Amino acid sequence: MSPEGFVFPDAFSRKQIFCRWPRKEPGNEYVLFMKSIRNFSIIAHIDHGKSTLADRLIQYTGVVDARNFQDQILDNMDIERERGITIKSQAVALPYRSKSGAEYTLNLLDTPGHVDFSYEVSRSLASCEGVLLLIDAAQGVQAQTIANLYLAMENNLEIIPVINKIDLPSADVERVIEQIDSELGLDADLHLKCSAKDGIGIEEILEAVVERIPPPKGDADAPLAALIFDAQYDSFRGTVIHCRIFDGTVKPGDTILFLHNKATYRVEEVGHFLINRQKTDRLTAGEVGYIIAGVKTVSDVHTGDTITHENRPCEKPLPGFKEVKPVVFASIYPIASDDYEDLAAALDKYKLNDASFIYQKDSSVALGQGFRCGFLGLLHLDVVQERLEREYDLSIILSVPSVRYRFTLKDGTVLYVDNPTEYPDPLSIAMGEEPYIRAVMMLPERYVGTVMKLCMEKRGVNSTLNYTSPGRAELVYEMPLAEVIYDFYDRFKSVTQGYGSFDYDLTDYRESSLVLLDILVNGEKVDALSQIVHRDRARARGVLACDRLKEEIPRQMFKIAIQGAIGGEVISRSTISPFRKDVTAKCYGGDISRKRKLLEKQRKGKKRMKMIGQVSIPQSAFLAVLKTDGD
Amino acid sequence: MDRTEENRLPGLYIHIPFCKTKCPYCNFYSTTALGCIDAFLKALAGEMALYPERFPHFDTLYIGGGTPSVLDRRELETLFKSLRHTFSFAPRAEITVEVNPADFDADRFAFLRDLGVNRLNIGVQSFDDGVLAFLGRRHNAREAKEAVAWACRSGFDHLGLDLIYGVPGQSLEGWLEGPGYAATFPVDHLSCYQLTPERGTPLGARCQNGEFDLPDEQSQLDFFLRTSEFLGRFGFLHYEVSNFARGPGAMARHNRKYWDHAPYLGLGPAAHSFDGKRRWWNRKSLARYLEDLDKGLAPVEEDECLTPDQLRLETLFLGFRTRRGIDIARFDRDFGSDILSEKAEILARYTQEGLIVIENGFIAPTLAGMAVADQLALI
Repeated sequence: MSPEGFVFPDAFSRKQIFCRWPRKEPGNEYVLFMKSIRNFSIIAHIDHGKSTLADRLIQYTGVVDARNFQDQILDNMDIERERGITIKSQAVALPYRSKSGAEYTLNLLDTPGHVDFSYEVSRSLASCEGVLLLIDAAQGVQAQTIANLYLAMENNLEIIPVINKIDLPSADVERVIEQIDSELGLDADLHLKCSAKDGIGIEEILEAVVERIPPPKGDADAPLAALIFDAQYDSFRGTVIHCRIFDGTVKPGDTILFLHNKATYRVEEVGHFLINRQKTDRLTAGEVGYIIAGVKTVSDVHTGDTITHENRPCEKPLPGFKEVKPVVFASIYPIASDDYEDLAAALDKYKLNDASFIYQKDSSVALGQGFRCGFLGLLHLDVVQERLEREYDLSIILSVPSVRYRFTLKDGTVLYVDNPTEYPDPLSIAMGEEPYIRAVMMLPERYVGTVMKLCMEKRGVNSTLNYTSPGRAELVYEMPLAEVIYDFYDRFKSVTQGYGSFDYDLTDYRESSLVLLDILVNGEKVDALSQIVHRDRARARGVLACDRLKEEIPRQMFKIAIQGAIGGEVISRSTISPFRKDVTAKCYGGDISRKRKLLEKQRKGKKRMKMIGQVSIPQSAFLAVLKTDGD
Repeated sequence: MDRTEENRLPGLYIHIPFCKTKCPYCNFYSTTALGCIDAFLKALAGEMALYPERFPHFDTLYIGGGTPSVLDRRELETLFKSLRHTFSFAPRAEITVEVNPADFDADRFAFLRDLGVNRLNIGVQSFDDGVLAFLGRRHNAREAKEAVAWACRSGFDHLGLDLIYGVPGQSLEGWLEGPGYAATFPVDHLSCYQLTPERGTPLGARCQNGEFDLPDEQSQLDFFLRTSEFLGRFGFLHYEVSNFARGPGAMARHNRKYWDHAPYLGLGPAAHSFDGKRRWWNRKSLARYLEDLDKGLAPVEEDECLTPDQLRLETLFLGFRTRRGIDIARFDRDFGSDILSEKAEILARYTQEGLIVIENGFIAPTLAGMAVADQLALI
């Protein structure tokens, strides 16, 4: 697994670092100890090589035996590895002896790499003193390079720009250096170069971390203030809290207090991360590590919350806490109603490790008993669906995803509605509002026109355009979140041929003229296909939905009539003709086994569809109704 | 409506794996190495000897292939001798042999009758030279007509013809001339197959390459329905998707065993067998077949033991191929079900759509239902 010709330095014993407990003695023990710590993270745009670089740093410092190494060890979920993204945060302590001979502990905090998880990123960054800002030498600065840079700057972190993938033939290091200066406003002379893949420049990076990223500051004797940046569930030990200690010291036996929800717990164990957990007798100011304290579920732990001592709490919480809120909602149903209990159990288990996923019981006339779920975004939804299907072996159907709308009724009541089945009586509505986002897009100049058209198609407003460097534009639009959740990103990538990058923030609710679009299949309303849409788009959406469903629903033994309706008025329709001949000409002794196997396969495929009335509807149909023109 | 009792005694199938030429559409196993016939017959006798305990008694014998009619008198005699020596057949057993019109020889065919063959099945495929050329057949229309005419006068109890439709460029009227002509003879059984380019055959490959188009779904359905209607006027009962019998006694008793889920033993390379629970099939290679039997081993390639669920599925897709349909009482008994109530909704829907009729203890497909028999089976 190691690149050709790459030599691992001897790893010195882990014990050497962690045996030096800060002792309460006169002198500078604590300060000396903190001086040997560096807390840093790697931030980058997707696919710029964050995980590979993390791998190399881990390999180089010998934390893991080269033989036992598994590429991208921090991405230890299959799905993450498959998609090349990081969903969970992880931390690892790297022992490093610098060129000058001094020993250091470099705490590398890995962060999620997708726009759906930016709050988690911000709390991981808040736990650091510096970052390596990684930029792909061929691709150059992208939207998330900048977005992450801003996050790092908000947290007053030391920023070390690192140009990666210098091994690529298409690498243009000079251009990137220029971008660091002009687009990022950083001192380009301070950049480093590396090829994580080939293991080039790794030592220089580690030296730079030691030299340029400041050691943590804090007072080990002050009241405890620790920042929670992640929590994970371990089936043997319960919830493991990942935190950065800013002030104070925490030990097993202490009673800790979470400032946000006022919950108290008794500490069972504390320790450091060395790929696997390594317990220790205390964690103190400046350190990154974990606390196990009998916390039942990860939902009891809020990322960004402050941990302190019950009997000697710190004065105020560490800054930056935010309640994570889901923005996309969909209902999950088991295809076979018998599987309901299995689905409930699976969701329980899944939630143990995903605090941002919320769910509650729900039911649909069309699809039966299920659960209404909240996600951070469509990627999050995708991941949850895939994990439920794969790890828990469930056949499930998701309803059409929706954002959360706000309705003010004539009698003054304010309702938040994310489930089309809860759409209020139209006569009672005084005002409808939908969530808006501020989207920042970076793209080559030549695509600006097409992208602006796309954004306007998505009801984008208040655009600003400026040219950050010759040929490169930064385009900002305010758009309704509902228009963006399904396929905006894919279409954006497509029209910019991959060169465009996109990031967004939720901003506010704005008034909108909304209606409920229903879909009827053979005269029966399928509530799981309903959508709340903007009035002006309703007819077009209805037509498209009918067309898409015609493509997605397989032909069956009878005619299928699909209709789109608003308030009882049919505004669109399509028809699927029945198939009328399928039987094979010959079926004699030698054909029976093969034919049966074919039918078994077909039957299995049918089982993955939901029967509504007598019509088999596949999962893909539910997402297809969100598709828009131009696909 | 077919009301004949099903006969669940086992049938015997013998596969003669030899052809003079390989037709481009056929995916049955055969070789053109006619020099191996003797060795094959010898090995076959050895294979027969492996089974009399499990299958002592048959009420049908079907000799197919390949081309059984490439066997000469001596070889036929050897074959039948081994058969009668090893197994016992019911007094009025149906004994069928498939013949190719190109091999027509009055002497030899008469000899078949003398050996006890009471049902002759002639692989005509078409009475049109153009179609025969497309299908790569060895004979021409004249030879086909000659063979049929002779067979009618030759004392076989039953005479059947195979015909193929759905050939590119063939019109419905053009096609119907074939069965129309056949019906003028005392032919009491017709198999009308829609051309199906099978994967792994030369025709299949040509179709894949887009060298010709197959008729669309509507055309296929038209051919299917009109053929049924046309033959119906001549007194032919459309008793299975591709099979027509002029009178209930004319149905192919051996083939019916496949659709009735009765047991059958298949001998020879590539032959399939079923004993009611297990299916097994022989090596699809004459060489391996001979090799195995040389060592005294049964030349079985693979077998499968069927679960009740699999048997149930088979009963359905086989049953829906026949006009008779699914025997409800037997089905419920065999599979511990109550199909009429368990599947009430879908059965009602299909009845409404005119695909099935439930009466007299049977769930029977209508003509339109037979056309989608495979999907019906997925209830």
